[in-house]
Amino acid sequence: MLGFLVRRLWQTVPTLAGVMLLVFVLFHWVGGDPAEQIAGLIADPTRVQEIRAQLGLDQPWWAQLGLFVREVLTFDFGRSWATNEEIRAIFATRIGPTLTVMLPVLVLETVLGAGLALAVAWVRGSLTDRAIMVACTVAMSISFLVYIIVFQYLFGFRLGWFPVQGWSEDPLRNLLVYAPLPVICAVAVSLAPQIRLYRSFFLDELEQDYVRTARAKGLGEGAVLLRHVLRNAAIPILTSVAIQLPGVFVGSFLLEKFFSIPGLGREVIAAVERSDFPVVKAVTVSLALLTMGINLLVDLLYRALDPRVGYR
Amino acid sequence: MAGTPTSAPAPAPASSAAPAVRAGLLALAARRLRQDRVARVSLVVVIAYLLLMLASWSGLVARDWSREVAVSYAPPSWLAAAPAGTGAGTASGAGAIGSTARTAAGPTLDIRDVDPLAPRQAEWDRRAAEIDSAEPARATHLPLGADKWGRDVLAKAIKGTEISLFVGLSAALLATLIGTALGACAGFLGGWVDDALEWFYSVFTAIPGILLILAFAAVLRPGIANIIVILGLTGWTGIYRLVRAEYLRHRARDYVRAAEAIGAGRASRMFLHILPNVAHVSLVQLSQHVVGFIKAEVILSFLGFGVPLDRVSWGTMLAEAQSELVTGQWWQLLAATVSMAVLVTAFSLLTDALRDALDPRLRGVDAGAA
Repeated sequence: MLGFLVRRLWQTVPTLAGVMLLVFVLFHWVGGDPAEQIAGLIADPTRVQEIRAQLGLDQPWWAQLGLFVREVLTFDFGRSWATNEEIRAIFATRIGPTLTVMLPVLVLETVLGAGLALAVAWVRGSLTDRAIMVACTVAMSISFLVYIIVFQYLFGFRLGWFPVQGWSEDPLRNLLVYAPLPVICAVAVSLAPQIRLYRSFFLDELEQDYVRTARAKGLGEGAVLLRHVLRNAAIPILTSVAIQLPGVFVGSFLLEKFFSIPGLGREVIAAVERSDFPVVKAVTVSLALLTMGINLLVDLLYRALDPRVGYR
Repeated sequence: MAGTPTSAPAPAPASSAAPAVRAGLLALAARRLRQDRVARVSLVVVIAYLLLMLASWSGLVARDWSREVAVSYAPPSWLAAAPAGTGAGTASGAGAIGSTARTAAGPTLDIRDVDPLAPRQAEWDRRAAEIDSAEPARATHLPLGADKWGRDVLAKAIKGTEISLFVGLSAALLATLIGTALGACAGFLGGWVDDALEWFYSVFTAIPGILLILAFAAVLRPGIANIIVILGLTGWTGIYRLVRAEYLRHRARDYVRAAEAIGAGRASRMFLHILPNVAHVSLVQLSQHVVGFIKAEVILSFLGFGVPLDRVSWGTMLAEAQSELVTGQWWQLLAATVSMAVLVTAFSLLTDALRDALDPRLRGVDAGAA
């Protein structure tokens, strides 16, 4: 197991190097001269030169790449160009609101999605099954934006069940008062694809030999589904949750924008809007690191859940 | 391999074998599609949308979408027809607050007694009359209503369809080309090419998709070409993976070895012999990605990273609709939502049917659309 861990960690090194290279190339060659953007439209050439020197942009590209690598390794990305806020502080203060919204979303959509998909798999082939699948396809064809706009209008503005938008200092109040409406939006949107996906996992398992064996020894449909199929389908479900997990940390930037939640996603949108490259770079590289870490964890979890997968 | 009977190679000369197999597969798939009623209906809808896109692009319809032809927030005709309808009432109320000058049809308030500028009004009227300014009559209602500036929502929806569908199709085409080319190279050539491309793939998938799109959007200006490039460059990874796996399966098959034996070069084996047998994977992926990219374009345009300000897409329509809804003008939201939902539903159903017809092994597998 230790050997497996070391090998997997070793494999992430070239990937991380590639991510840094990609981000560097993107922001240094494609992105244009940031000094001119900072100086503004009526840029004084000496002022532009000063900014360039301050940001290290007057150095050769390999020196800049070295600087960037050092930033990543020490996890010190400097300051935002737009607000001069330290990027580490941005991470520390924005991650809380994002997780307050996104963790309930992840839990609810997985539990509801798996539960409903199991129910649909139970009545597979029936008219109910087909009707739900068609409804899911239609629901998936409506943009996320429309869900948010309509829900915010209906439940927030018209019916007044929830605040239209806002955020407070108190975490509990945020979770109970401000988070529910965004959470409902996100779950409503993700439920349809989730049901379709999980249903296909369950149906795949239902074709396996062990299901026939279980039926042959006289188990009822409920026992087959809950005791055998659900357990085996947990593996692909776990994978799909793991794929979503890194996204949880940037949150749904759309939700954060619509509901004025001071989270990481809204910060990224703002940074993209005002060409605040250090923030975008820092978030991109950190999320890539996080994704690799989560993938490794999931691999280990797989092996714990499924003894057939060895530590090779 | 008992999996795919259709791809079993004919023992005939290799050069003619590939096209023969392809025709058989396509004919079979076309027959399966024709038997499927859902597929037929969705195909008709998709073709209708494509024709609409071409008509709008060539200027046959909706060429004057940006002309201000109606009063601000003119309601849809079927609402205005009803006397003192609820929707029409709120619309004229909001119009009076928002822009009195524009609502030419509304009653003018007589404030001459208190207006300090009233004495000079006659002179201004005379001088204004000298200038030839034929203000076109503005309609009080339109088939699908009007937006804030009195532009026809129907024309906007058609123009938005053109842009959104064009972006979705082009970006999907770009992503499929990149994914198929790289997948073919990695799967067929193997060795260091495969290693290098696998590394490339791992780099692109290490960054969450939406963040990668935003990182590209941060360095490129908004524009139709750029959004196609962004979506194409970030969306090829899934296709690459599938095509690579197909090439790995095919490269050691008898028909490829037979082609090699009669002297077919590497490029010829890759693209003339194997590609026709794996193209159905790319085709299904292409179709699946169109749907995903249309949704992505709408969101990017909504955020202002997509189409430029002087163009209209479903995303920019939804951006306007957000504030309109609060003041009671819901028709633009409805137009954008319905025109998008119909297309995306039809396209998704067609994709499902296409996948079932072309590649039964993939049945029930969903792509993680954003």
